[in-house]
Amino acid sequence: MEAVDGNAIGGLLLEVFGTEMTDAPSVCVSCGDARQVAELVVYLRGPGTVVRCRSCGSVLMVFVTIHDRTCVDLMGLAVLG
Amino acid sequence: MAGTALRGRLTWQVAKVAAVADETASVRTITLDVPDWPGHRAGQHLDIRLTDEDGYVAERSYSVASAPGEPVAITVERLDDGEVSPYLTDELRAGDDLELRGPIGGYFVWEPGDGGPLLLLAGGSGIVPLRSILRHRERTGSTVPVRLLYSSRTLDDVIYRVEFDMAASGVEVVHTLTRHQPPGWAGYARRVDAALLAEVAWPAAGTPLAYVCGPTSFVEAVSQALVQDGYPPQRVKTERFGATGGT
Repeated sequence: MEAVDGNAIGGLLLEVFGTEMTDAPSVCVSCGDARQVAELVVYLRGPGTVVRCRSCGSVLMVFVTIHDRTCVDLMGLAVLG
Repeated sequence: MAGTALRGRLTWQVAKVAAVADETASVRTITLDVPDWPGHRAGQHLDIRLTDEDGYVAERSYSVASAPGEPVAITVERLDDGEVSPYLTDELRAGDDLELRGPIGGYFVWEPGDGGPLLLLAGGSGIVPLRSILRHRERTGSTVPVRLLYSSRTLDDVIYRVEFDMAASGVEVVHTLTRHQPPGWAGYARRVDAALLAEVAWPAAGTPLAYVCGPTSFVEAVSQALVQDGYPPQRVKTERFGATGGT
């Protein structure tokens, strides 16, 4: 499965956070890489949406939506927004 | 974590198709009448949601092809194994309803005040948000110099070809055709690589601002080459479509 980037989850993030997030800063817990959300690596076609660090590949965020409810895991992030 | 200045939650709404127009054999521009559209920025996208009769839902993102202030339009390339694009390019007619939400995106956007010179790099349907930027530049009377390097498979695959043949003042359009070139083709005839960029890209010393959009492999190759060439990473804006259209 080929990755896209954080631009592709702009709508999802706007829905979850209520504000535009693609230009928000993020910092990876594992390696400290700092990047705007739009530049992160995103896999859309799994059972959920997985966001990985462009530097070390660690999982930063996971989103799973079922029946209009979205479960959000941000455990891989030290900073978001 | 999220910004404190919350705006209204993004909600789905039903737009009406105002017009459809073929751009190439597999690409169509769909102009939409969106009742509650707050206005978009050049480079933003919207999400389309299709719901099947059995309740199956598929969502896709499409860049807005029109400039801010123009009617909302998207340009869609048909992917033969796609769940959404064949419906949009083959089935949808003027007067049909279409569910969408947007505008979306605050990163891959351009305003005249962002400066330049602008370097726009498109692979296949990655041209769509860059076309919005070009139209926005023209409509706002911006004089920022622009070079557009546009990679397509063949001349027939070039989207907005007529429009780009009449490029506005200060806009240089450079095509490369990667798969087939017509007889007498004087343009480039290979994938965008470091050598090609060295010939076309603005020198890094002149504070250029680059926007790269297309299939993931195209964006990775081009953005890495630009950074190696001395472009500051924060002046290279990227948007990856995945493995969609060809370049």
